[in-house]
Amino acid sequence: MPTQSLVPDYVATAQKVRRTILEMIYKTRSPHIGSSFSIVEILVALYFKVLNISDDADRDRFILSKGHACPALYATLYEKNFLTRGDIEGFAVDHGILEQHPKSDLKKKIEVSTGSLGHGLSIGAGMSLAAKVARKPFRVFVLLSDGELNEGSVWEAVLFAGHHALNNLTALVDFNKMQALGFTRNILNLEPLGEKWRSFGWHPQEVDGHDFGQIFRAVHNLSSDRPNVIILHTTKGKGVSFMENNLLWHYRAPDDHEFLLAKTELSK
Amino acid sequence: MRNAFFEGLEDIYAEREDIFILTGDLGFKLFDQIKSRDPRRFYDIGVAESNMIGIAAGLALTGKTVYCYSIIPFLTMRAYEQIRMDIAYHNANVRLVGYGAGFTYGLEGYSHFGLEDLALMKALPNMTIMIPADADEAKVMAKTSAEHVGPMYIRLERARSSIPSENNRIDNMGKALPLRTGHDVALIAIGNMVQIGCQVADMLSAGGKSASVYNVRTIKPFDKDTVLKVAADHPYICTFEEHSVSGGLGSSVAELLLENGYRGRFKRFGIPEKMDDIVGTAEYLRNHYGLTAERIYDMIIKDLE
Repeated sequence: MPTQSLVPDYVATAQKVRRTILEMIYKTRSPHIGSSFSIVEILVALYFKVLNISDDADRDRFILSKGHACPALYATLYEKNFLTRGDIEGFAVDHGILEQHPKSDLKKKIEVSTGSLGHGLSIGAGMSLAAKVARKPFRVFVLLSDGELNEGSVWEAVLFAGHHALNNLTALVDFNKMQALGFTRNILNLEPLGEKWRSFGWHPQEVDGHDFGQIFRAVHNLSSDRPNVIILHTTKGKGVSFMENNLLWHYRAPDDHEFLLAKTELSK
Repeated sequence: MRNAFFEGLEDIYAEREDIFILTGDLGFKLFDQIKSRDPRRFYDIGVAESNMIGIAAGLALTGKTVYCYSIIPFLTMRAYEQIRMDIAYHNANVRLVGYGAGFTYGLEGYSHFGLEDLALMKALPNMTIMIPADADEAKVMAKTSAEHVGPMYIRLERARSSIPSENNRIDNMGKALPLRTGHDVALIAIGNMVQIGCQVADMLSAGGKSASVYNVRTIKPFDKDTVLKVAADHPYICTFEEHSVSGGLGSSVAELLLENGYRGRFKRFGIPEKMDDIVGTAEYLRNHYGLTAERIYDMIIKDLE
């Protein structure tokens, strides 16, 4: 039974975030709209419910390891009032404010600079280690793409976190089944994905990454003695029918006509 | 030098709760003592240098000061992009402690040589590079490194013997130290080659020529003021390094001299940009590539006569 109806506010927020993403990408002819649309629900879930957000040292940390999808992060931070209208208008323009990959800026609630895949989980493991050694209560969440799991450095971090039982670390995998040049199953098959993480000492859960109820339940059920991974089964380009599961929208930005069509779909 | 460096760090590590030490599963027995002072902040990350650098960045971004140890190519080259992105770009408080400068690992072969590290580290934003010339200086630099803000690369090798100068016991980061004063030629050196510089200077003075010798110590930031003063006072400048002649000390000095209109003679002594098919100890390799006091003296005296 679908659980989305239980949390209508999150769904509406996600639609607003998608409209902001669409506008940012349309105006600047930026890439990665498909990758941005597939992580909207997890970002809204994190920033509007899960994360302990503050300025102090005990705040939860979030790392967008798939930095190329940062339009989704910026739009979520904007919806949360951490970014201004001016910041959004300063995305990917000359004399701008925000690049097409995130730059660390704690005032903007961006913890870590990313953009090269395979870095975020190691950095997150370091933060988790710092928390454990200093007996701090904060948690660390790292959002990775499925294509990113091709990087060997990710598995170095998976091995390390499993060995040291970093139970305050949660990896979130945006498993939209597509990477830059095609389907993950054709380029470098990841399955059985949950089993891989489990065999490295992690607690895997698999959910519909567009269903807030399932996301919240997985967060509620995080293991307290092992590092956690939530594999988010998602749809690349989610929310706009002609972008969904279409590789074209990894790089393509919508033209005037496509923009209006997409805007109409996201305004329903 | 590496024992001296970690001895110099030991008390600071014990006192400062923010310091972490990571190794990529190298340094057999090197860390026994320091680890015993507080095992909670020492981690063997495993043979996984990229992950080690990422973890160091995560710790540093959480307020820690982190030392990462490995053999130079594994530390600086395997994990270069992590160093660039996670450490240099974030201006993170991570100290990369690399052992095996130049031919230190002699018989182990090319995989273990540190010949291109300075070129790579110099090109990174925010990076400070320290190169001790002997064990005493390594100890002093351990203290300097603990107080420094921002990323740092510390290039270590097997110390041959100590440089007879009180200067090496002084913390004076960013300044090249004069060890000999002369006027026919200036010998500007790093690491173990500083000692070779002193030997060459002594050989020259026995033949009636005089040489200045400088220990550069920090190649980044580079002590431009001192080198320009040296240039004004000497008709001939040589650089000594156990690193590729491309991208290291010689390149830094050459760029500075050319941009400032130096008209004298200039020569770089280092490793050529090729590897001969030879096997041998560090001393054997240094001799083969002309990095001994005798070989260098022969070249310089020819130029001076």
